[in-house]
Amino acid sequence: MTRPTNEAEYLARLIPPSLSGVDRRTLLRGAVGIGALLGAGGLAACSSDTTTATGVPTGAVTGTVTAGSNQSDAVSKAAIQAVMDAFAKADSGTTVKINTIDHNSFQANINNYLQGAPDDVFTWFSGYRMRFFADKQLAGDVSDVWTKITGMSDALKKASTADDGKQYFVSATYYPWAIFYRKSVFKDKGYEVPKTLDELNTLGGQMKKDGLIPIAFGDKDGWPAMGTFDQLNLRINGYDFHVSLMAGKESWADPKVEKVFDTWAGLLPIHQPDALGRTWQEAAQSLQQKKSGVYLLGSFVAQQFGKGAEQEDLDFFTFPEIDPAIGADAIEAPIDGWMMRKSPKNEGAANKLLAYLGSPESRNIVVKADPSVIATNDGADEAAYTSLQKKSVEFVKSAKSIAQFMDRDTRPDFASTVMIPAIQTFLKNPKDIDGLTNSIEAQKKSIFAS
Amino acid sequence: MARKYKGIDQLSTRDKIVVGLMVVVPTALVLWLVWVPAIGSVLLSFTNWDGIGPLSGIKSVGFQNYVDIATIYPPFWPAIQHNLIWLGVMFLIATPLGMFFAILIDKGVRGTRFYQTSIYLPVVLSLALVGFIWQLIYSRDQGLLNAITGGSTDWYGDPSVNLWAVLVAATWRHSGYIMLLYLAGLKGVDPSLREAAKVDGATDRQTFFRVIFPVMRPINLIVLVVTFIESLRAFDLVWVINRGRNGLELISTLVTQNVVGEASRIGFGSALATIMLAISSVLVVGYLRIVMKED
Repeated sequence: MTRPTNEAEYLARLIPPSLSGVDRRTLLRGAVGIGALLGAGGLAACSSDTTTATGVPTGAVTGTVTAGSNQSDAVSKAAIQAVMDAFAKADSGTTVKINTIDHNSFQANINNYLQGAPDDVFTWFSGYRMRFFADKQLAGDVSDVWTKITGMSDALKKASTADDGKQYFVSATYYPWAIFYRKSVFKDKGYEVPKTLDELNTLGGQMKKDGLIPIAFGDKDGWPAMGTFDQLNLRINGYDFHVSLMAGKESWADPKVEKVFDTWAGLLPIHQPDALGRTWQEAAQSLQQKKSGVYLLGSFVAQQFGKGAEQEDLDFFTFPEIDPAIGADAIEAPIDGWMMRKSPKNEGAANKLLAYLGSPESRNIVVKADPSVIATNDGADEAAYTSLQKKSVEFVKSAKSIAQFMDRDTRPDFASTVMIPAIQTFLKNPKDIDGLTNSIEAQKKSIFAS
Repeated sequence: MARKYKGIDQLSTRDKIVVGLMVVVPTALVLWLVWVPAIGSVLLSFTNWDGIGPLSGIKSVGFQNYVDIATIYPPFWPAIQHNLIWLGVMFLIATPLGMFFAILIDKGVRGTRFYQTSIYLPVVLSLALVGFIWQLIYSRDQGLLNAITGGSTDWYGDPSVNLWAVLVAATWRHSGYIMLLYLAGLKGVDPSLREAAKVDGATDRQTFFRVIFPVMRPINLIVLVVTFIESLRAFDLVWVINRGRNGLELISTLVTQNVVGEASRIGFGSALATIMLAISSVLVVGYLRIVMKED
C-alpha cells in the first residue's frame, strides 16, 4: 500500500473488507446491466420533485424533531446544543429536543433504546455496529440525505453504507488515537519524540529519573486500555491482522497475540500504576498538571485541557515503530456521526436535520466548540482549526491504514463481556499470558459460533 | 348470633364477584409479574438469543450456556465467592452493627434523633450520590482517605482490597436499614418486661439476651431474611463503582453485563440469572419452612 495523497484516499481505506467485497460484486453486475442503470438514472431525474417530497424537504419544516445524543461531556454537549440551535434558527417552524444520555450508558443500552422509543435521529459510530443495526432493521435508510450532502468523499459515503448498499449513517467528525504530550514539558526537559520502542523505553526511564510518571494510564471504565492493545497489535502484527483478529478469524491463542501482551507487559513499568481504579479523565489531568510525561488516548484528551494556551501546548506523536517490517503507519481514527430511527415521527424534519448535520456549516460550529475532533466534511473551514486539529488532519492523511477501535471493529458482546475483563485481568497479573489468551480464545469460539 | 357458615352458596352474587376478584386479580398479577418472567428466564437460558427480532427466531443450544459459564467464563467463580463473602460480612458485621445501633438509640443516649437520622441517612440518599461520596473518599489520586493517611492504596482498582472497601460502604448503608427495622421492633417491646427483669436483678446485658432478644423473634427473622436477600441481590453500589469488574464481580452484575449492556447475550445472561434464582430459592424455601413451622 502507498500513502494516501489526499483525504479521500485516506477515507477509502476505512471501508471494511466486507463492504469492498459487496462493491466489487455490484460493479460486476453493474457492468452487465449498465444500460438499465442509465435508464433508471434518467427516470429518477424526471421524477426528482417527488423524491424530494418524500425524502429531504427543500422548504421549511415544522414540528418537533428529537435528537438522542451520547455527547454527555460538557464540551461536546455544548457543541451539540449550538448546532441544534443553529438548525432551529434557520427553520423557524422547528424545534429540536435534545435528549442527552451519558456516553457509556448510551452505548450500553443501545439495543433497548432502538427497540423501544428512540429519538428521530441519534448519535452513533461507523463500523460493525452501524451495519448490524441496519441489517436488523433498527435504523432508517438515509440514502436521500446523502443525495443532498456535498463535501463528503465517496469513501465516507461507503463508510456510511450497510451491507444492503444503502446509507444508514451521516458521518460528522473523527478523531485520531496517538500519544499525547505537552510541548512545554518536552522542551524544558529536552525530550525527543521516540521513533522506536527502545527509544520509548529509554524516554520512560529518563522521565522516571526526572520525577515524572512516564505514561499516564487509566482503565476503570474498561475500554481505554483497548486502545493500547490496538496500537501494539497494529505495530507488531499490522493492520490486516487487526482486522481479521477482530472479525474472529484469527486465534487469540496465536503467538502473535501473545507477543502483543508480552510487549505490553514490558511497557507496564513505565505506565502509571494502579490503572484499574483511575478514570481516563483523572489520567488526562495528570498529563495536564505535568505530573505525567505522555498519554496514549484519543484526541478527546484535549477536553481536559483549558482552551487557548493550554490546548496549543498539547501535541502528539504516533505510537513508535516496533517491527521495521510492519512500520508505524497504521493508526486508529474512529468516525462519529448520526443515524435515523426506523420510521421517525417527524420524517421530513429528521431528514433535513441530518442533511444539516452533515453540512460544513454545522461542522464548523462543532469543531470550533470542541477542538478535540475534526470534521469529516471537506467543506469545513480548516482555517479556524487549532494547531492540534490541523495536525490531526495531517496525521490521518499520512496514515497508510486506519482502524476504528476494538469495540467498534468487533462484536460488542465479545468486546464488552470478554475483552474488558480479559485486559483488566492482564493488567492485574501480566505474568499468565498463556492462560489468558487461551481463555479469550475459548470464549471467542463460543461467542462467534452463535 | 352469627349463623353457621354453610358454604359458598350462602354468599350473595355481589359477594361472590368480590371474592372472585379478590382471588383472580392478585393471582393474575403474581403470574404475570413473577412467574412468567421467572420461567421465561429459565427457558431463555437454553438459547443463544441476542435480544433483537421476534421470539420465533430463537434457537435452542441446550445446556451450552451452563457448560460455558462453569468452564470458560472467568468471572463466574470469583462472583460466587464474592457473593458468599458479601453474605458473610453482612451477616456477621453489618447486621449486628445495625442491631447494636438500634439498642443504643433505644436506650436513649443524648442526641438520639441526630444519631438516628445520620445513621439512617445513607439508606435515603440516591445511589448516584452514594457512589459519588465514596468515589471522593476512595479515589487513589484525589481521594480523602489517601490524602489523610498519605498512602497510595488504590482502593477501587486493586482487586485485593476493593471488595473490602466496597463492603465498608455497603455496611454503612445496610446497618442504617437494619437499625431502623430493629428500632421499630424494640419500641414495640412491652416495657413491663424490662421492669420485671430489673426487679429480678438482671444486668442490662442479661436483660437483652435473655428477655428482649427472644421476645423479638419475629423481628429477628425479618432482619435475617432482609440480610440474606440484600446480600444476594447486592448490585447497585458495585455497579456504580466499576460495573462489577476487576475484583468486584457479583452474579447480579454479570447478569446485567450480559443482558442489559450493548452485549445483549440474553441467553447467556439468563443462564446466570437462573443460577442466581436457584441459589435464592434454597434460602427462600428454608425461610418458609421456619415460618410455616411457627404457624
